[in-house]
Amino acid sequence: MELHDVWFVLIAVLWTGYFFLEGFDFGIGVLTKLLARDRKERRVLINTIGPVWDGNEVWLLSAGGATFAAFPEWYATLFSGFYLPLLIILLCLIVRGVAFEYRAKRPEDKWQTNWEHAIFWTSLIPALLWGVAFGNIVRGVKINADMEYVGNFWDLLNPYSILGGLVTLSLFTFHGTVFAGLKTVGDIRVRARRLALKLGVVTAALALGFLIWTQADNGDVWSLIAMIIAVVSLVGAIGAVAAGREGWSFALSGVTITAAVAMLFLTLFPNVMPSSLNDAWNLTVTNASSTPYTLKIMTWCAGIATPVVLLYQGWTYWVFRKRIGTHHIADAH
Amino acid sequence: MELALAPETLARWQFGTTTVYHFLFVPLTISLAALTAGLQTAWVRTNNEKYLRATKFWGKLFLINIAMGVVTGIVQEFQFGMNWSDYSRFVGDIFGAPLAFEALIAFFFESTFIGLWIFGWDKLPKKIHLACIWMVSLGTILSAYFILAANSWMQHPVGYRINKERGRAELTDFWHVLTQNTALAQFFHTITAAFLVGGAFMVGIAAFHLARKKHIPVMRTSLRLGLVTVVAAGLLTAISGDQLGKVMFKQQPMKMAAAEALWDGQNSAPFSIFAYGDVSKGRNSVEISVPGVLSFLADGNFNSYVPGINDINKAEQEKYGPGDYRPNIPVAFWSFRWMIGFGMASFALGILGLWLTRKKFLLPPGMRTSEDEVPHLVLFRNKALSPKLARCYWIVALWTLLFPLIANSWGWIFTEMGRQPWVVYGVLQTRDAVSPGVSQGEVLTSMILFTLLYAVLAVIEVKLLVKYIKAGPPELTDDDLNPPTRIGGDHDDADRPMAFSY
Repeated sequence: MELHDVWFVLIAVLWTGYFFLEGFDFGIGVLTKLLARDRKERRVLINTIGPVWDGNEVWLLSAGGATFAAFPEWYATLFSGFYLPLLIILLCLIVRGVAFEYRAKRPEDKWQTNWEHAIFWTSLIPALLWGVAFGNIVRGVKINADMEYVGNFWDLLNPYSILGGLVTLSLFTFHGTVFAGLKTVGDIRVRARRLALKLGVVTAALALGFLIWTQADNGDVWSLIAMIIAVVSLVGAIGAVAAGREGWSFALSGVTITAAVAMLFLTLFPNVMPSSLNDAWNLTVTNASSTPYTLKIMTWCAGIATPVVLLYQGWTYWVFRKRIGTHHIADAH
Repeated sequence: MELALAPETLARWQFGTTTVYHFLFVPLTISLAALTAGLQTAWVRTNNEKYLRATKFWGKLFLINIAMGVVTGIVQEFQFGMNWSDYSRFVGDIFGAPLAFEALIAFFFESTFIGLWIFGWDKLPKKIHLACIWMVSLGTILSAYFILAANSWMQHPVGYRINKERGRAELTDFWHVLTQNTALAQFFHTITAAFLVGGAFMVGIAAFHLARKKHIPVMRTSLRLGLVTVVAAGLLTAISGDQLGKVMFKQQPMKMAAAEALWDGQNSAPFSIFAYGDVSKGRNSVEISVPGVLSFLADGNFNSYVPGINDINKAEQEKYGPGDYRPNIPVAFWSFRWMIGFGMASFALGILGLWLTRKKFLLPPGMRTSEDEVPHLVLFRNKALSPKLARCYWIVALWTLLFPLIANSWGWIFTEMGRQPWVVYGVLQTRDAVSPGVSQGEVLTSMILFTLLYAVLAVIEVKLLVKYIKAGPPELTDDDLNPPTRIGGDHDDADRPMAFSY
């Protein structure tokens, strides 16, 4: 296994970490309208991710930075090619971060309501668009001989990628609902469980369709295994939440996300971004990567930093392990 | 391309706008993190409640500010791929690495521990909670270091070779990239300038409260801490700026000449205080200058020869082929002056403030009728004049609160504009760095949307800051004074409301 293959795996790991972690906090954002009945419940939901969402988001920055360093051509083609969708995601992430921090900084009803609308939409839209983006990466887009994207915005909206977007949206929301069940007490926990069941069924249907489509287009035996793991764990997650075992359910929905991302990257390899115009113009792990020297340095850095990051981020989840409910929220504002 | 709306021009405007905007939050974040951590350390060590109130007050302002710094920073990382894809392809092998290091080592640190600090007041024992804010501070400084190493490589590329076959620059010595003198000088200068911003911010706000005779114990402590920070940071900024200038003179002579609007090289070159340059004619119509000072700044010798813009342009044409290698001279000239001017003014004010608030000039405790009188200064032992003078100083301090921030912004504009037309000095020109596949409409759309959003957020942020500045330090509760003894919170407080919730 050469270093650029290692980095292909590491970038898959970083995206997996991002979708696993920010997945549930996007889900919580969507739930503020789907599950919470009043402001106090919305605050309970937001506080379940309060201490961790910022750290979760850094997984995206790491995935982006690592792609820049390890596969500059991929980074350049991807982000200049997917210009407008990425712009929308960035605008959402800006508003979302500010919304979390500023919502409670003023007592006025209107102020808080506005930020709550913002949290809902800026969680929903990126959750949808990441799926659209990955659908396009896997399916291949119009890339020319110079590695430039030559399609337009509308080329990115095709049935496969839109289905991919719906899968990430529903999967993240399901993941978030299970997380809400895991982190709350009282009435909201009971309702989270009930909602998770319904969402689980919808997610399973969408995901099954998308994964089978992916497998039929580009799959091999490894991607088939990943697909089976994804589907089985999703069914398991639904079963566990029905049985009231939120911890298991959350772990299993995490496995679903991991296996699904793994499947996408398995079908991609050894390409990183195939061209739909000509197979010779595909961006691959070899023609898009950095030099072995840069990759070696990066490998050292990631090899040392990633376990440490996992350690202290894990510790954060441990510190804030207690469930919270409406009675933990003070009445003021 | 000269067109006003050419994608290159738009991409440059967008980069400039988003970067300067992002950098309004960065220095304050770096310095307030450390200052807040210092105040919290004082609380943990002394148990004096005024330090805890100060920690909570400055910590709140720090959080409002860092929220904006974090979210605007995300744009920076992806902008290279969006608007500057040819740049990314050309330098990714080198430039990407410090960026990835920043995310993996610094950002994770900063964002994870900030969550622990914000929500950890009732979940963490006192000392562990304190360690969290120090971790945040370390994260901000590390982050600055990696970014500045990346930027320094663009100012002065080292440790690389050009691979003609793949048409890109490739890394040969990463250690050299991280430790070259440009990177170290820039880091030293940027960090000290950041503390100048935080110090002046503290002084201004403390002065505002002192002028209104409110929250005196907390604000007096803050005022002194701010003043010491301004003076120490101001001194170090000047020293590091001088070092950086000398490095720049060797590595980017064009930038130094542009900063001085020195058209033709000369011995014992003057430092010009004011000039009206005419770029097309290549000379200055009006100029006021001090002879020899530029030579001294550049080389440490009043008689040294300093090459001029025209000489360097000619030399670069011979080296790199026909073309115009001059940056925008008026921008370089004035940004350099505004950087120095605003920075120096702030430093001078810090010295004055420190001198004015010496114990000798404060009303002695025996003569005070109430706590309110403490900020009154007894200058020259003239009691009638002193409250007026003190008030004057408070008002000036408040009005000059943003001076170092203005200096910081102009400093960056100078650094980046002075390097033009190069994006990587001597290696890659800016016009060859833009994304060829991105349309004018796309860049224009993103520029308009970012500008609008940033403008709205600026208004919101400033209003929030003003609200919390006016509110002053919070009163302490029993919970504040009795932090938990175990990680995750004590057992008997399971149903107590959270100390902090969104």
